Amino acid sequence: MADTVKLPEDSFKPITADDRAALDSEKIAAPSLTFTQDAWRRLKKNRGAWISLIILGIIFIMAFGSLFFSPHNPNAVNPSYANLPSKIPGVNINGFNGTLVQAGERVDAYKQAGASSLHYIMGTDYLGRDLFSRVLYGTRISLIIALVATLFDLTIGVTYGLFSGWKGGRVDTIMQRIIEIILSIPNLVVIVLLILILKPGMTSIIIAIALTSWVNMARLVRAQTLEIKEQEYVLAARTLGESSLKIAFKHLLPNLSSVIIINTMFTIPSAIFFEATLSYIGIGISSPQASLGTLLNDGQKNFQFLPYQMWWPALILCIIMLAFNLLGDGLRDAFDPRTKE
Amino acid sequence: MAKYLAKRIFYLILTLFIVITVTFFLMKLLPGTPLTNQAKLSKSQIALIYQQYGLDKPVWQQYLLYLAGAVKGNFGTSFQFSDQPVSYLLSSRIGPSLQIGLQAMILGVIVGIIIGALGAMRQNTWVDTTTTVVSILGISIPSFVLAVLLQYYLGLKLGWFPIAEWGGFIYTVLPTLALGATPLAESARFVRTEMVDVLSSDYIELAKAKGLSRMGVIYHHALRNSLIPLITIVGPLAVNIMTGSMVVENIFSIPGIGEQFVKSVLTNDYPTIMGLTIIYSFMLCVVLLITDILYGIVDPRIRITGKAN
Amino acid sequence: MDNEKDILEVRNLQVNFKTYAGDVKAIRNVNLDLRKGETLAIVGESGSGKSVTTRTIMGLNATNADIVSGSILYKGQDLLKKSEKEMQAIRGQDIAEIFQDPMTSLDPTMRIGRQIAEPLMVHKGMKKEKALAQALEMMKLVGITDAENRINDYPHQFSGGMRQRIVIAIALINYPEVLIADEPTTALDVTIQAQILNLMKELQDKISTSIIFITHDLGVVAGMADRVAVMYAGKIVEYGTVDEIFYNPKHPYTWGLLSSMPTLDSSGDSLPSIPGTPPDLLDPPTGDAFAARNAYALKIDTEKEPPFFKVSDTHYAATWLLHPDAPKVTPPTQIVERQKKYAKMQKDWLASQKASTPIEEEEEQQ
Repeated sequence: MADTVKLPEDSFKPITADDRAALDSEKIAAPSLTFTQDAWRRLKKNRGAWISLIILGIIFIMAFGSLFFSPHNPNAVNPSYANLPSKIPGVNINGFNGTLVQAGERVDAYKQAGASSLHYIMGTDYLGRDLFSRVLYGTRISLIIALVATLFDLTIGVTYGLFSGWKGGRVDTIMQRIIEIILSIPNLVVIVLLILILKPGMTSIIIAIALTSWVNMARLVRAQTLEIKEQEYVLAARTLGESSLKIAFKHLLPNLSSVIIINTMFTIPSAIFFEATLSYIGIGISSPQASLGTLLNDGQKNFQFLPYQMWWPALILCIIMLAFNLLGDGLRDAFDPRTKE
Repeated sequence: MAKYLAKRIFYLILTLFIVITVTFFLMKLLPGTPLTNQAKLSKSQIALIYQQYGLDKPVWQQYLLYLAGAVKGNFGTSFQFSDQPVSYLLSSRIGPSLQIGLQAMILGVIVGIIIGALGAMRQNTWVDTTTTVVSILGISIPSFVLAVLLQYYLGLKLGWFPIAEWGGFIYTVLPTLALGATPLAESARFVRTEMVDVLSSDYIELAKAKGLSRMGVIYHHALRNSLIPLITIVGPLAVNIMTGSMVVENIFSIPGIGEQFVKSVLTNDYPTIMGLTIIYSFMLCVVLLITDILYGIVDPRIRITGKAN
Repeated sequence: MDNEKDILEVRNLQVNFKTYAGDVKAIRNVNLDLRKGETLAIVGESGSGKSVTTRTIMGLNATNADIVSGSILYKGQDLLKKSEKEMQAIRGQDIAEIFQDPMTSLDPTMRIGRQIAEPLMVHKGMKKEKALAQALEMMKLVGITDAENRINDYPHQFSGGMRQRIVIAIALINYPEVLIADEPTTALDVTIQAQILNLMKELQDKISTSIIFITHDLGVVAGMADRVAVMYAGKIVEYGTVDEIFYNPKHPYTWGLLSSMPTLDSSGDSLPSIPGTPPDLLDPPTGDAFAARNAYALKIDTEKEPPFFKVSDTHYAATWLLHPDAPKVTPPTQIVERQKKYAKMQKDWLASQKASTPIEEEEEQQ
């Protein structure tokens, strides 16, 4: 048996207070983080979401920076340089070196047009406008439309949802019925009807998208409000006689913030998508203005012969959509305490 | 259940009534008349045409007439094709749209289920990563971009499918693919999330403790529990397909209602736009009703109370 | 130890969980025996490794679990060496498990008759009708009233207590040799708890199964178990018969557990509790893992892990306090009272058994 082993003499002295303190101090406590800090830390760990955030940042800076600095005037027509393919300095890959296949032979389109010294990194369109500048310009318009529309729908949706959830009862039932009716018509149909009434243009697109896409936000906020309303701390605030408005701003909104932020990340790409679809159909932005949708529409006409004219705007559109979706996913995971490792 | 059904059908009718009313008066606000696109006509000719369309009557009378007509499926006469009633125009065009829409839905949901379930079963492996990539791409790439790419590469370059015609099944392949991508991605994502949740639940643990094989656990317990909630996203997916069809039908020159809608919008053919709006919301309402009832049938927890909530 | 009678033997089991932070040493050298027909209770705080032990026996550990060493002998065969397919044949047939929360452990979309019948269909290859008929019998056995009409109901139509009866029916339908009950009453109301415990005892007699009963609640153990193993930080620190653990505990951790349990004659306003929290098993402390929380800790506790000291043939405890050189310490008053009661019990027992050879089972402390 083990008890026959000879042990040092002082082995059986009770441990001292110092020793005990040392034992206790070995425990490592996790640093306490606030909810936001914790979410931010987890977002940074999510590689997809983090890269998306950076890419979106770059796209924003370039799109809005082009207001002050643009390689070419996006609307400057130059028929002699029409339909030049992509030419990126220093890159000698077919498709990016200013050459294209004409009658079975690869020729330098820039030389033909007498523009050997010029570079259009995304090429030019059928009117000789610089595609890169137009894509930047179009991205800016698309982003503005999406952001403004989202801002509106955020305001409408959050207010509607908060009110409906907070009031409850009859008011809530009626407000939910209204939402159900709106949901029973496809969004795009409503948007088209609204644009027809308001006359096509940027403002009416923004209004139309804003007026239709708040429903989702309203439903989410309502559901969350119903839940939070029953929480003890809200009850406590009510018992203490705080006004509804104060409770809404002090207790409800902070707790709704994650739902709102996440949903916004999904509203923006859907607004961009609607704008692109409208412009693609032909009732969106009209020329000489451009958006990603109109650029796609223009590019698609010549896709068989000049595929780059559609590829570039399509690529940018998909990257923006992808980045917002990934960021939204990442934020959802970051805000959801269940995914905490 | 019967009571619930009656209530739901009442709401459906009420919703359609409101949709008809709102569209009617919105259309009255619109600028332009059927004659905007016509050459100069004499006063008597205009009066005649107004009479033909019933535009000479007071608005409330027009509304009642329209409502009475709509109940019977009569949405007036198209402005664009002055000899065609809207109902005829639509009924001749709804077939292709339904075919492509249903095909896209079935393809998307079935493939989505398979991909999503595989992703959940092989969580955190390359299979799962592929699932995630496919679903995020499918959600991010607009259907019209995909449609153009499919048309060019599979249709024109490889010549596998006809490009922009309408005929037999082969003509529906590309549009179905273009429209089905988003439902596929959405359902794959949904099924994966649900199934990951289900697989970590206690009753799956119990099923394993019973000695069921891996496939037995998946087939008898995990699959059913993860697929039931999928019914709730069929409605939104239907909206997605309807929206997508407007552009996709245009790209592939399909004589469907989506293509007609765009055409009508561009030519200010208000009676047709109204008719289509009503048709679209009718279809959506029916889909939502069916999915709600279906959910009640397949989920025992809802069956008893008879209320989906 | 009489190996003939052992149906399940766990030897030197070590299980780690691989996490991003490192290996969590969840089970650190555990030995257990389960005799035929007995109930062995494993008692310990949450995170002490009791559930991991049973999961390992079932072969149902999470994918990041790594069985470092050890063996689990079921009827002489090592379960750890069996393939997944062989384990499937054992699970639900020879070894069954009852889970903690009856509200979540039944499939919400499957009729309960089918759920109870499933193990029969899987293991005995029974046709559905026959299996359902047997399931009905089992439903009656576990006390589900109106079983004929309820066999086609869904779980949400039953109360928590009834659901736990269904879970028990599922576990027992194949008359398993070993039943693992992982805190089967924790999620239930106190009155229902007693019913379920009685049911389990009753069925144990009828079916003659051995039970491993996992709990953190010593109160439940007293009426249920034959033997008790106390677990702390991935190790068993003391084991013995239920009387030995209740009335003559030797390990300071067991003292703590017992003192924090309310009894009829516990006086005073507050129950004593064990200070501190269990150690981080990512990096278990050297020596006795309980030392930091132990008011009786010795210097050696921080240096060397205590081996098992024999108290009686059936009673062992891993604490240096039992070393012959260790200073005599006075346990908490409650424990002393328990020991006195135990001594009296022994004396009474001896008095009544005068004829037979008196066995000095226990040396009284002090």
